[in-house]
Amino acid sequence: MKNFDTDVAVVGAGLIGSATALALRQRGVAVVMLERDLGGSRASGVNFGGVRRQGRSPAQLHLAARAHPIWADLKAKIGIDGEYVRSGHIKLARSQADLTALAAYAARVADFDLGLEILEGRAFRERYPCFGPEIIGGSFCPGDGQANPRLVAAAYAQAARQAGCEVIERCPVTGITREGDGFLLRCGDAVAVRARRLVNAAGAWGAGIAAALGDDIPMRFDYPTILVTEPLPPIVSVNIGIEGGGFYGRQVERGNLVMGGGFGVASGDGASRPDSGALARIGGRAAAILPATRHARVIRIWAGIEGYTADKNPFIGESANVPGLFHAFGFSGGGFQIAPAVGEVLCELICEGRSSTPVEAFRPDRFQQQSAEPGRTP
Amino acid sequence: MSGRPSPEIRPVVVGAGPAGIRAAEALVAAGLRPVVLDEGERAGGQIYRQPPAAFSRSRKALYGFEAGKAERLHATFAALRAHIDYRPRTLVWNAVPGELHVMGDAGPATVPFSHLVLATGATDRIYPFKGWTLPGVFSMGGAQIALKAQGCTIGETVALVGTGPLLYLVAYQYTKAGARIAVILDSARFTDQIAGAPAMLRQPATLAKGLYYVAWLKARGIMIVNGAIPMAAEGTERVERLVWRTPAGEGRVACDAIALGYGLRAETQIADLLGCRFSYSAAEHESLPASDATGRTSVAGVYIGGDGAGILGADAAEAAGTRAALALCEDAGLGVDGAATGALEARVGRWRGFRAGIRRAFPEPVAADFALADDVILCRCEEITVGALRAACREDGVDELNRLKALTRIGMGRCQGRMCGPAARALLAHHSGRSPGDVGRLRGQAPIKPMPLAPMPLVFDEAKP
Amino acid sequence: MRRAVDQDRPSISFFINGQRFTGKLGDTVLTAVLTQAGHLRTSEFEHQPRAGFCLMGACQDCWVVTEAGPAVRACSTLLEDGMAFVIEGLPGT
Repeated sequence: MKNFDTDVAVVGAGLIGSATALALRQRGVAVVMLERDLGGSRASGVNFGGVRRQGRSPAQLHLAARAHPIWADLKAKIGIDGEYVRSGHIKLARSQADLTALAAYAARVADFDLGLEILEGRAFRERYPCFGPEIIGGSFCPGDGQANPRLVAAAYAQAARQAGCEVIERCPVTGITREGDGFLLRCGDAVAVRARRLVNAAGAWGAGIAAALGDDIPMRFDYPTILVTEPLPPIVSVNIGIEGGGFYGRQVERGNLVMGGGFGVASGDGASRPDSGALARIGGRAAAILPATRHARVIRIWAGIEGYTADKNPFIGESANVPGLFHAFGFSGGGFQIAPAVGEVLCELICEGRSSTPVEAFRPDRFQQQSAEPGRTP
Repeated sequence: MSGRPSPEIRPVVVGAGPAGIRAAEALVAAGLRPVVLDEGERAGGQIYRQPPAAFSRSRKALYGFEAGKAERLHATFAALRAHIDYRPRTLVWNAVPGELHVMGDAGPATVPFSHLVLATGATDRIYPFKGWTLPGVFSMGGAQIALKAQGCTIGETVALVGTGPLLYLVAYQYTKAGARIAVILDSARFTDQIAGAPAMLRQPATLAKGLYYVAWLKARGIMIVNGAIPMAAEGTERVERLVWRTPAGEGRVACDAIALGYGLRAETQIADLLGCRFSYSAAEHESLPASDATGRTSVAGVYIGGDGAGILGADAAEAAGTRAALALCEDAGLGVDGAATGALEARVGRWRGFRAGIRRAFPEPVAADFALADDVILCRCEEITVGALRAACREDGVDELNRLKALTRIGMGRCQGRMCGPAARALLAHHSGRSPGDVGRLRGQAPIKPMPLAPMPLVFDEAKP
Repeated sequence: MRRAVDQDRPSISFFINGQRFTGKLGDTVLTAVLTQAGHLRTSEFEHQPRAGFCLMGACQDCWVVTEAGPAVRACSTLLEDGMAFVIEGLPGT
């Protein structure tokens, strides 16, 4: 049995946990981070890789704005640029109603300086000849972009380690109890960690961790499904979404198109797989949206595991029921871009009791009065 | 046969090589009508591959000593055709419990199954070396297929590199077809071959054939170099020269083609997607779906036979394919002759002993033996070098294959690590200080082979957020 | 690739970069091209010529682009009369 005594224990070495651990270490706080698999091997590492502010609720845009400059300077933070490209993000429209909705969104978030540009008609077609005839316009956000989650998530964990965080991988937490004002975490007979504060950054496993300490937080699971084509000649540089959802795509520098839409299924034991219709669904939409892909071949398909909340906003903040327990999970498929900021915010909440970025909308107890689907394990 | 097949029994066989054909035969004999899915144009698998119809060589010319076995197997399949649902040119690209997702002549389809026999065979086991991606370098099995199925040799002057009995068989076949053999470069030492001989005596006829080929080649003055490691395939647009090293020094020879192979590796992706338990076989140097002597895997209703369960060769595959199908029949409540199943298991067992001798005679080269420079391409799909693997071990502490894939793209390309996987595993074990079993295996992933993105173009259908 | 035995088969035409070539009935696309040209494709990242490898549909190194758009896996696709391929680095491109 290895014993650790630390200021802060972090459960989950995904992007959120690692960014938090890194920020805490930079303030000199002692951190032990426990990870059931390998750092960044779950949703943090297998998500779509969109680095996007456009489309987020105003509540999330505060976090997104804080994260925005971090992405541009990622190498300074974690040692690699993570293939981050400020490619812009376009949200496509298939109808006038879509364009109206996009314009209404632009008006709603005007304070956030996203530089949104609504394009349609000839101007749209001339700038983006790659899109199929069903697409009639879109909303362009020039400052948004994309990055490689496989590299970014692992590098964040590695940066936390290099900053002095004890990162213990392949070490699922099997028991959590309160011990005085702090916490005792056990990973079987292998590891015991005593910590004054606890960060629950366990992603899809977050509600389960919360429940172990008596915090019932409603969350459901889903399995975003993504595929990758073989390398193709340049087709599109901008990161693509679509009004109403159901498709997202981007072409990486090496030529592969990464595209997703819809959800897979659980396959037991914390694993998941694409649903049977995934290829037909995503492939069919891809060929309609980007006709140049119609002869492409798909070389990988997968489905990650993600926790979703009723309002699609994450849980970020100290538990109302368990002082010293800080939640940061339930990102509902939108955590990648904001993760670097969430790490800093959690660090502030832990060290100062308050954050310079508003996160009140993400209170973990905001659904407490409503009937809750109890936390469980994916 | 005591039972009567229920209509709920929907058996599917994947693969129409020796194991798949014998499995289908046993299922038909039990009164079932299996679906037989095969990627090939014609049944027979790789070893008994039939050339396209336009060719006219005799079976004797095609299969040599094995012509009788080939003829019997092809005849069995011809007789089965009316009793099975045979779908050639059909790729199983995904598998989920109870369903195979296939791509065939008629486009994508779903094939439901209640019981599944996997007879997916094997591909060459490859270790890269400098220049192995040059035009003119083919796999050993590829060299054999060129001749068998196309009447072609891979070049005029051919070097054979790797280890295993196939080197000598291909050299023999190529010489007879008029190609010149520049050199046979066998990484096995002469002493290895002596050590393996006793176990190979379990199949004296097969051992005798092997010895015959070697004597025949030596009588013709063909250069055989034992204990040799290939250093480089050199050339600009294509292969012009092979350079190797032995403890005695360096050698080189001019050639316009190279065949490369260190034995075979099992094709196991479907078992993986269906959640079959795998275990690492230190003897076979690969992770294989766990299966018992009957061919049952860890997943109920999923059976496995032939080289896809671990390399034992075509004769064993025929017996194992039949045995797996009889296990299916037993589980489906159909009567099965206990004496027959015992005899089949014993037959497979004898080949297991022979195989142990082959492994001693032609041992897997050790990663440390390969003085691979950092700039040698390891993953030929993504064009990632050995140096990238070493850097990932050194700088990121990578010690697991899927992590290596995530960080370096090794094994992430079109072939899903079929070509680079064995070498990546050996090198990762060597550089991370873990055992090959502990660095894990590349997880199988759909699509098992590249799939058209839009086989049937759709419009943007009822998308929901 | 060198034609060795069993080559007495009817001729069929195909095209590489618009130039007419003759193959034989029963040839795979790989055989038809490589008996007359040095490679099948150019690798995406290092831009090196590639000419297939495994010949059994496993390595995926022999995909050849057709004029019509879709690519074919040369080792496992039988040549058909009039097939037209686009191969970078061969005459005509």
